[in-house]
Amino acid sequence: MSNSTTTSIYSAALMDHNAHPDYKYELEDATYSHDGINASCGDEMTLYLKVNNDTNVIEEASFTGHVCAISQASADMMAGLLEGESIEEAKRLSGLFIGMIQGNELSDEDKEDLDEAAELQSISRMPARVKCAELAWRTLNGILSERDKELAGK
Amino acid sequence: MSIDIAANPYKKDFPLLVKHPDLAFLDSAATAQRPEVVLAAEREFYETMNANPLRGLYELSIRATESIGNARKHIAAFIGAGEENYRDIVFTRNTSESLNLLAYSFAPTVLEEGDEVCITIMEHHSNMIPWQQACKRAGAKLVYLYCDENGQISEEEMQKKIGPKTKIVSAVHVSNVLGVENPVKRLAELVHAQGGYMIVDGAQSVPHIKVDVKDLDCDFFAFSGHKIFGPMGIGVLWGRHELLDAMPPFLTGGEMIESVSEQDAVWSEVPEKFEAGTQDAAGIYATDAALTYVEQIGLDKMEEREAALMAYLAERMEELPYIEVVGPKDPAKRYGAFSFNVKGVHPHDVSGILSGENVAIRAGHHCAQPLLLYMGMHTCCRASVAFYNDKHDIDSLIDALDVLGGMFNVK
Ligand SMILES: Cc1ncc(COP(=O)(O)O)c(C=O)c1O
Repeated sequence: MSNSTTTSIYSAALMDHNAHPDYKYELEDATYSHDGINASCGDEMTLYLKVNNDTNVIEEASFTGHVCAISQASADMMAGLLEGESIEEAKRLSGLFIGMIQGNELSDEDKEDLDEAAELQSISRMPARVKCAELAWRTLNGILSERDKELAGK
Repeated sequence: MSIDIAANPYKKDFPLLVKHPDLAFLDSAATAQRPEVVLAAEREFYETMNANPLRGLYELSIRATESIGNARKHIAAFIGAGEENYRDIVFTRNTSESLNLLAYSFAPTVLEEGDEVCITIMEHHSNMIPWQQACKRAGAKLVYLYCDENGQISEEEMQKKIGPKTKIVSAVHVSNVLGVENPVKRLAELVHAQGGYMIVDGAQSVPHIKVDVKDLDCDFFAFSGHKIFGPMGIGVLWGRHELLDAMPPFLTGGEMIESVSEQDAVWSEVPEKFEAGTQDAAGIYATDAALTYVEQIGLDKMEEREAALMAYLAERMEELPYIEVVGPKDPAKRYGAFSFNVKGVHPHDVSGILSGENVAIRAGHHCAQPLLLYMGMHTCCRASVAFYNDKHDIDSLIDALDVLGGMFNVK
């Protein structure tokens, strides 16, 4: 009797990342940290990145905060995805993810690059939850654009 | 009480509920469903009397104008203002617009720098932000009446906050989050003793309890037709005639003027003075039909059934150890709205999962962010009942919460 649009969002992968987030902790030696806020519900998340500024590679990513299952799972997937990626690649993935959540169709290769995060695509049909899925990625963009500004200023 | 909430003789009147037999619609506090008679009235207007009211001098336009007058009479009688005072009923788009009208047109006539406007912490943003802004414009102070965790505002709190500087008290009659009825009659007494004015936001009271503005002794009363089974887009503002008469208009333009010269205009009388532009006459006609429908069933009968549904809802919720009730524990103190949280699960996830189980509830800040922060949370869930709900709807809600409990392991 279940109606599928909404329950399908709560996929096994999402529920698993929500229940057992691997990357939910405070990163003591983070290079960058940034607070993100979901204006639609007031939820707050802090994102931590440890970046090697010589190689421009993200060595570790993590998050903390009291957020909904969608925000939490999305953040956990993102943190896993970013580890070992270059800043440039992180920007590209972020563009892909936010585009997808805003309703863009992705190529199969792009989907592969987003890995599990590509499964969140169905959220694009639920405008009320788009902000939840985006929260971690928008927070990431906040860090990256601040970093760009800092580097440009030097 | 001998109300059979398992039986539902009302559902058949509501086409949407008939089309979605498996849906447990528990969000009537956001907007109610409309019965067939209301939909038919809207159509009837366009089929039999469609013309621009007020403007034309021909038969159709006269009928359209009459239908608006009749609706005013009906509404005036319905809220206890007296049918003869029907010209003190102003049509707006919704409660929010009615309250903005007051904040822009009435507030400046009484508010001076250093004065105070007093509202409750449980206001809907619609009865909060207009006053924040009006206070900023006037250099006045916005003062809050706080409640206890059961949503009760004490006599002491009212006495403390309402004083010689208080020019306006504007309070929600029934809270859309806590479901409690506020002591608006007492507030009116206190503010009148100080020479101030009483405004009541009746968006959630009109659908659930018999309102009598004369008995409440308020100066203005606002509500929305869409919460009492009427179409969306029709709001009502009732006010004391002498106050409406003395106020400047809010919006200006066509239909609200007596005469116009190149540099100036003379306003129409109340209520037209406040009704610039073409009205949603069909919507007004259908709102009239909605009230007739309510009277045919009987507001007292609806209230009784809603109380029985609320008692059953509260009782079943107690079976679930992971439910945290927000607001009064006593279901008799709740009109329509039952707010709660599921321990450890975000309200947006609750409503998301429930939607998958065909149960429609509201989750979020319910346009009452300061109230929720005051109660120590950002968001919560709300199930709200109307007389067309039944025992099965509530059982569906409990079953869906049970599924959710399993999924999130919150047993
Ligand atoms: C108590 C209260 N006041 C005001 C409003 C605003 O009503 P509307 O959206 O029709 O302007 C609502 C509606 O949610 C409400 O519950």
